[in-house]
Amino acid sequence: MIQYDNHRQKLALICSGQLSLQENVEFFLSNIKKQSNLNAFISVFEEQARKQASLVASKIAQGNAGKLAGMVVAVKDVLALEGEKLTCASAILANFTSIYTATAVQKLIDEDAVIIGKTNCDEFAMGSSNENSAFGAVKNPVNAEYVPGGSSGGSAVAVAAYMCDVALGTDTGGSIRQPASFCGVVGLKPTYSRVSRYGLTAFASSFDTIGPFARSIDDVAAVMEVIAGYDDRDATSSKIAVENYITELSLTSDVLRIGVPKEYFGEGLQPEVRSAITSILDKLREAGHQIQEVSLPSTRNAIATYYILTMAEVSSNLERFDGARYGERAENSANLNDMYCNSRTEKLGKEVKRRILLGTYVLSAGYYDAYYRKAQQVRRLIKEDFSRVFSQVDVLVTPTAPTTAFRIGEKSTDPLEMYLSDIYTTSANLAGIPGMSIPVGSDNNGLPIGLQIMANEFQELELLKLGSVIEKIMR
Amino acid sequence: MNKEYRYEPVIGLEVHAQLLTNTKIFCGCSAKFGAAPNTNVCPVCLGHPGVLPVLNERVVEFAMKMGFAVNCSINQKSIIARKNYFYPDSPKGYQISQFELPVCENGHVIVSLKDKEPKKIRIKRIHIEEDAGKSVHDLPYGTGIDLNRCGTPLIEIVTEPDISSAEEAAAYMMKIRQLVQYLGICDGNMEEGSLRCDANVSIRPRGSETLGTKTEIKNMNSFRNVEKAILFEINRQHEILEDGGSIIQQTLLWDADAEEARPMRSKEEAHDYRYFPDPDLLPVIISDSWLSSVRESLPELPASYIDRFTNVFGLPVYDAEVLTQEKSIATYFDEVCKFTTDYKSASNWIMGEVMRILKEQKIEICSFPITAEALAELINLCQNNTISIKIAREVFGYMIVEKKTAGQIVKEKQLVQLSDEGAIRTIIAEILTKFPNELEELKSGKEKVFGFFVGQIMKETKGKANPQVVNTVLRAMVTEL
Ligand SMILES: [Zn+2]
Repeated sequence: MIQYDNHRQKLALICSGQLSLQENVEFFLSNIKKQSNLNAFISVFEEQARKQASLVASKIAQGNAGKLAGMVVAVKDVLALEGEKLTCASAILANFTSIYTATAVQKLIDEDAVIIGKTNCDEFAMGSSNENSAFGAVKNPVNAEYVPGGSSGGSAVAVAAYMCDVALGTDTGGSIRQPASFCGVVGLKPTYSRVSRYGLTAFASSFDTIGPFARSIDDVAAVMEVIAGYDDRDATSSKIAVENYITELSLTSDVLRIGVPKEYFGEGLQPEVRSAITSILDKLREAGHQIQEVSLPSTRNAIATYYILTMAEVSSNLERFDGARYGERAENSANLNDMYCNSRTEKLGKEVKRRILLGTYVLSAGYYDAYYRKAQQVRRLIKEDFSRVFSQVDVLVTPTAPTTAFRIGEKSTDPLEMYLSDIYTTSANLAGIPGMSIPVGSDNNGLPIGLQIMANEFQELELLKLGSVIEKIMR
Repeated sequence: MNKEYRYEPVIGLEVHAQLLTNTKIFCGCSAKFGAAPNTNVCPVCLGHPGVLPVLNERVVEFAMKMGFAVNCSINQKSIIARKNYFYPDSPKGYQISQFELPVCENGHVIVSLKDKEPKKIRIKRIHIEEDAGKSVHDLPYGTGIDLNRCGTPLIEIVTEPDISSAEEAAAYMMKIRQLVQYLGICDGNMEEGSLRCDANVSIRPRGSETLGTKTEIKNMNSFRNVEKAILFEINRQHEILEDGGSIIQQTLLWDADAEEARPMRSKEEAHDYRYFPDPDLLPVIISDSWLSSVRESLPELPASYIDRFTNVFGLPVYDAEVLTQEKSIATYFDEVCKFTTDYKSASNWIMGEVMRILKEQKIEICSFPITAEALAELINLCQNNTISIKIAREVFGYMIVEKKTAGQIVKEKQLVQLSDEGAIRTIIAEILTKFPNELEELKSGKEKVFGFFVGQIMKETKGKANPQVVNTVLRAMVTEL
């Protein structure tokens, strides 16, 4: 088993000779094999991971290894890695190989992390259950009849089931936080623009973020320190300096002003989830933190606004997958238009096509003002809600999802029901603020419950601070 | 009534100018032409999954320059948008362009047509965008796609429908070419497609305020074709209306060989481009200091050259316009005038002999063998009567071939003009005795014969005799007789 709680401990064990990085990598590889029924990976880099492990081990021995030396990382298969398949869990890219590497992934490699493979997810990151994958559904490690959440289900499972140390996921409307909640791991969605999106296959460009899954706050902090920061290949990435999260975390903790938005505790919230969150809030109050109820009235418009805007961006972002230049192409088409039509009809999944069609509709002449422009205005109101609240509190605490994991197939025939599982997570993406899910126990079926913390933009440190406090409470 | 009087054409032009930046608009690839297919490409311009565009600021700068040159207002905040459509040479499935809030708006240019009042043509907008790749048809395996051109920067200059004839449209295009060349932002070559033009054409009864149904003509790849295609379309629409028909709104492709415009297949033009702001690119913000530094960096423009050539050098307006048509010619003229004060002769030489040679040899002034200083020397030899204009043309010919200065040639070939009255008197006396009959005729007042004697004298002196001196001396000698 694993003898360490976080990467710092792991590195110490390697340095003192108590842990062999090569054996550690073998441990993860055998876990991946043993639990292949969970379907967490699309590609596993067995040989490269072994080679990289020896290389990094000798670097560690020589004392010239990077910050994340020996950290074994899985990467969601919407992120580019040169020379490896980039499928986005779609049939249309089933055999596509990337010719370059995403900035976030490159930064991990540069710090001597070992990339062990690419994880399964919902097709083009669209979904909340990881059932929309051309490579099959991913299963929850706690109970394989349940979904792991989505879209970054494979990454959450890989961390929860000890197939790696940490994993990168992407979060457009909750795709890191919701599966983290369903699988019982920590998952952080950074501020929009905090981590370069270069190399992240776009779903909704003004929402997409890349962030880590880990079993500890410490490792989330360690990965964030490396992947955050300005990138001249992403014009929207922020130039604001990245804090030394780990150093800051080790300093004495402050009293936090914690807001509890009442809109997040209404109808449809599973009682066990409610009581788990309430009990944590009680303990935080006991520990001297200030808890106050706040209101985010625009929350009720979040889901509608989120889907209108993201679908509009989807319809444009996915136009490049047309069978003309790369990816799969339908055979036997009479002409160019048929080729486009057949390729996209055959090779794209149902949910992806649904969103492309709805997005095409909301951008069409005559509907643009009623839908797209209107939704942009509502998005601004949602942002204003949050800035107002963050003038009163440092962080917000909510449930990550209204329920724990649901059964495979339970919601897959009802897209609206599925969309509502993102009800607590989409607002952070609309506002561009950071959010994190942290495990706070489990329900009567043993399924994990997640608590969401949100903070003002670029205040990832606040998330990590409160996360550490809760992590200690839970131990 | 004549058709030109019954109907009035209403024309608007959309001109695309390919910008002379080193790199493409959204990636670091070279924007140069002529490389092997698909070599000036990278993941970004190939539209691979996950790539992001980063704006080349030079492109904004070039658009601002054009905006200043055509009196536009510059939007200090402009929005970059996506124009969505499927085509194999458009790798992202959308073109990055501008829709609401372009870089420049509300400008105008003045075009002058012969014998007509100068015409003001309003410019609605100038926006920046990326070019598409090229589909190469009829390859052994079908159609290939070359994405080298994909992502090369363009500006699109859109007029209001202020143009009222094919001739005016061509003149407007010439004006735009002249400006982009002066600004150094585009080579202005229509044949090679670095300057392209689409025209919206409609006609309406003269005096009517409502616009007729318009058609769009594409693929006019020369100034002559712009004029021909628009004329063709005006006539076509006129015939339809005269026959009681109505115009169908459609896109036509100009076929330069067949000299006709043919409709594109309707499927290809039924577009709803679904423009929306590109979420990958922030609004373009032009600071006050950037704006003023670009304004200050503007080169001298044709209007200022014309002003200087007419007022400082005293040239006729016609000369000034011909000399400023191309910037390289205007600067050549400027250079010549540094070495001579005979400005009008300099203008005559350039508009005549120099331009003739450029045309004959199909070369640009930059590769013309006679430097501005050398041409000025030749002009000065004429001005101080060292050689006659006739000899000067001969010397000019030698200068092109032998690449020597006028002074050297005149010396080597002993072409110095003979102006000495005594010497000329001696030669005339000899000739007069050679032709007694003609001399009698001249004495009896036959003026025609005067020219005969001048010719004989020039022949005797191999053209070197100063014609004015010959005239005066001959006249005097005849009266003396
Ligand atoms: Zn490129």
